[in-house]
Amino acid sequence: MSLAAQISLSIGTFDLDVQFSVEPGEVVALLGPNGAGKSTLLRALAGLAPIDGGRIAIDDTVLDDPAADVFVTADARPVGVVFQDYLLFAHLSALENVAFGLRARGMPRAQANKVAAERLGRMGLSDHAGHRPAQLSGGQAQRVALARALATQPRLLLLDEPLAALDAGTRAEVRTDLRRHLATFAGMRILVTHDPIDAYALADRVIVIEDGRVSQTGSLAEVTAQPRSRYVADLVGVNLLSGDLAHGVLTTPTGAQIVSLDGAAEPTPDGSALVAIRPQSIVLHPEQPLGSTRNVWPVTVIDIDQYADRVRVRLDGPVPLVAEITPAALAALALQPGSRVWAAVKASETMAYPS
Amino acid sequence: MSDATRSIASPPRRGRQGRPGRPGRPVGRDRLPALALVLAMIAVAFFALPLMGLLWKAPWSNAWSLLHKAGSLTALRLSIVCSLWATALSIMFGVPLAWLLARVEFRGRGIVRALCTLSMVLPPVVGGVALFFALGRRGFVGQYLDRWFDIRLPFTTAGVVVAQTFVAMPFLVLTVEAALRQFDRRFEDAARTLGASRWYVFRRVTLPAIRPALVAGAVLAWARALGEFGATITFAGNFPGTTQTMPLAVYLALESDPAQAIVLALVMIVMSFAVLIGLRDRWLGAVTTRSA
Amino acid sequence: MGKTHRVLVASLAVLGSVASSCGSDAKDTAATTAATSTPAATATAASNTASATTVPTMTGTITVFAASSLTEAFTEMGAAFEKANPGAKVIFSFGGSGDLVTQIGQGAPADVFASADDSNMTKLVEAGNASGTPTVVAKNSLEIITEAGNPKGIATLADLATPDLVVVLCATTAPCGKLAALVLKTAGVTVVPKSLEDKVKGVVTKVTMGEADAGIVFATDVQAAGSKATGVAIPAEQNAVTNYSLVVTKQATNTTTASAFIASVASPAGQAILAKYGFLAP
Repeated sequence: MSLAAQISLSIGTFDLDVQFSVEPGEVVALLGPNGAGKSTLLRALAGLAPIDGGRIAIDDTVLDDPAADVFVTADARPVGVVFQDYLLFAHLSALENVAFGLRARGMPRAQANKVAAERLGRMGLSDHAGHRPAQLSGGQAQRVALARALATQPRLLLLDEPLAALDAGTRAEVRTDLRRHLATFAGMRILVTHDPIDAYALADRVIVIEDGRVSQTGSLAEVTAQPRSRYVADLVGVNLLSGDLAHGVLTTPTGAQIVSLDGAAEPTPDGSALVAIRPQSIVLHPEQPLGSTRNVWPVTVIDIDQYADRVRVRLDGPVPLVAEITPAALAALALQPGSRVWAAVKASETMAYPS
Repeated sequence: MSDATRSIASPPRRGRQGRPGRPGRPVGRDRLPALALVLAMIAVAFFALPLMGLLWKAPWSNAWSLLHKAGSLTALRLSIVCSLWATALSIMFGVPLAWLLARVEFRGRGIVRALCTLSMVLPPVVGGVALFFALGRRGFVGQYLDRWFDIRLPFTTAGVVVAQTFVAMPFLVLTVEAALRQFDRRFEDAARTLGASRWYVFRRVTLPAIRPALVAGAVLAWARALGEFGATITFAGNFPGTTQTMPLAVYLALESDPAQAIVLALVMIVMSFAVLIGLRDRWLGAVTTRSA
Repeated sequence: MGKTHRVLVASLAVLGSVASSCGSDAKDTAATTAATSTPAATATAASNTASATTVPTMTGTITVFAASSLTEAFTEMGAAFEKANPGAKVIFSFGGSGDLVTQIGQGAPADVFASADDSNMTKLVEAGNASGTPTVVAKNSLEIITEAGNPKGIATLADLATPDLVVVLCATTAPCGKLAALVLKTAGVTVVPKSLEDKVKGVVTKVTMGEADAGIVFATDVQAAGSKATGVAIPAEQNAVTNYSLVVTKQATNTTTASAFIASVASPAGQAILAKYGFLAP
């Protein structure tokens, strides 16, 4: 069961033209800045916006093919959607929301309610079955929306910015929950997000969309290591290091330690966490620097990518890093592949997340 | 809907947080409500005084016998039946019309909207004459109704319903159209992706969301139909039992027996009052509280 | 509601009268108009000198509340009066006689009241809202009104009882309804009307628009409908007449001009105008 999508679609002056595929059981993140066309793409996949050209098919089932005059309407597609602000029906209870799709497909009320109750139970929401959406927290609403989308057993699940409606305090916790619940669904999953952290935490593969075009695909590590444009570099060019967090210190599997002052984030019960370091925050020194900087590692330059006004330097050492420096700094350090330098990051420039 | 609620609800919240920082504000803020309150009280008096005038002039001692005087109850019954029919027709045709105006982009939509609400500004008597030209026995549509289907609207109860619907439906259309425009269509999208047909979406998602507006519009249309006079007497005529509704009975009684006219008017007022109060609390009030 | 409606009708009537007077000015031959209005002016001036010796010409504005059947005749009458008395202005408010009595009772600013029947005039007088004695200026009789050309071939009152014939009458609250009931009773005919119109013009409208086949209205209404309607005379022994009378109201502010206007209606020239519109001499 795989998705093959070739989509070209114009809305006003905006022009979307992308081609990608999703393999069975894969979680793909559509990553891109606001206005890049991610939501339009998602609407096209869901059948809410007919495409102008191209073809969308799941295995042998063609969903949209203007040339062959095929268009399967949204209600007939095996596609479930979790919308950005969940769009739970305000006049229905959580249970009725989950049962909605089943009822719409003609399942008798009692049976639909039973299935919905079971779904809610799996999400840990049995106590909230009778509540209206207004009485649910953001995280609960998201789970109801997920249960609602999965109740009709779609083959493809689309999630539009599933964490954007939440405040920073609960986002990390909900993200962890979401990852657990997403794992129970065996079908294809496409996640739209503008946040590389979400992509890293939830997706197997990233498709970067920029100005209506796919600018890069691959695993997040690949994309981070070698962003193909300045834009992608800004978008995803974040060093993400995973390990165990304790007392503000992250220990990576290789034993390297990163000190983070970002105490707001509590690690998950097992202590696993992520630390993000922006490439611009990494300072390179020819000698071991003295002073208050907490994170200092000896590193070796692997390669150097020059852009118009910035230089990205891939480094190997206790932790793999990508640093971004100015052309002037590059000249002053006389860097070339194989050079040995010191990388320094202030603890205050790192961000820790539970993973 | 929840989107709208959210956007409406958030600014006051921000305002409440900002208040303690500005101690000088409350005085200035209080002044406007006081003025508004006075103006509002004048408005209340403006509506209450004519009603009190009727109560003051009402012949309480023989009100009961006047009410039972020839034809009063017949007119009341006819009024209720016709206004309910007019409301039902307004809903049946007005909701799809509102949907068309709110949702379908087409050339000349503004003109169609103006056309469909014209009967609100048209003097009802003129509306009645216009109905003649269209649906009367010699009207450009009516002549075929007469010739082919043997349907004649003037001087019939159906004619009363037509006249009332003509003036009442715009109230429903405008109210429902506004609600449809405010309603976040993405909820309909969400329902579609869950496998709901367009009709199912309309019935189970859109309709519940606009229900307060639909009820409000229906009440407005009903009230307008109940009070309808000019178009009715012009198009449907005036005959007890078939076309003489309460307003017509009141109007004619005013010339022969003003005391009876006042009693009939009061009956209409009491009935409308009960319905308006009942509906506000049951439907409109309840829904507002829930979403707030 | 009723009130607004009435005000609306009144203002429409005023608008209509302005329009029709303009029309008649343009349409009528100048010679005829001049011929009728000059004696009228003389007569008015003469009666003025007789009744109010100190004021030679009439000035100021008067408001005349007149039965709607007088619309056409009084509009012309008003124009003639204003021509004869350049300082005077006559404003009309036409409506059902009963409505007008109610309005005057509520303090409407009328200087003159013109009733289409005796009972409404009596009502006004008995309510103490008249000053002086009413003057009967014309009579009117009933006629059957049919669509132009009388397609149903109606000849007698008895024909109105034909089943399937759509007949509309005035409500008995209106003078035309009261008289029609009397006339039908005299003739021994039972008519089942489709509608009881609140005003005589309502009957005329429904017949001329083809919605009703026949109705009973005043002879003057048939004449006013012109080519859009055909009248069928009711024999004198079955017919009934109504008296049109004028009176100065109690609250009149311009009694001199008001009396002068009544005198001009009663004068030979005024009578000529009324006759032209189908009214009978008193």
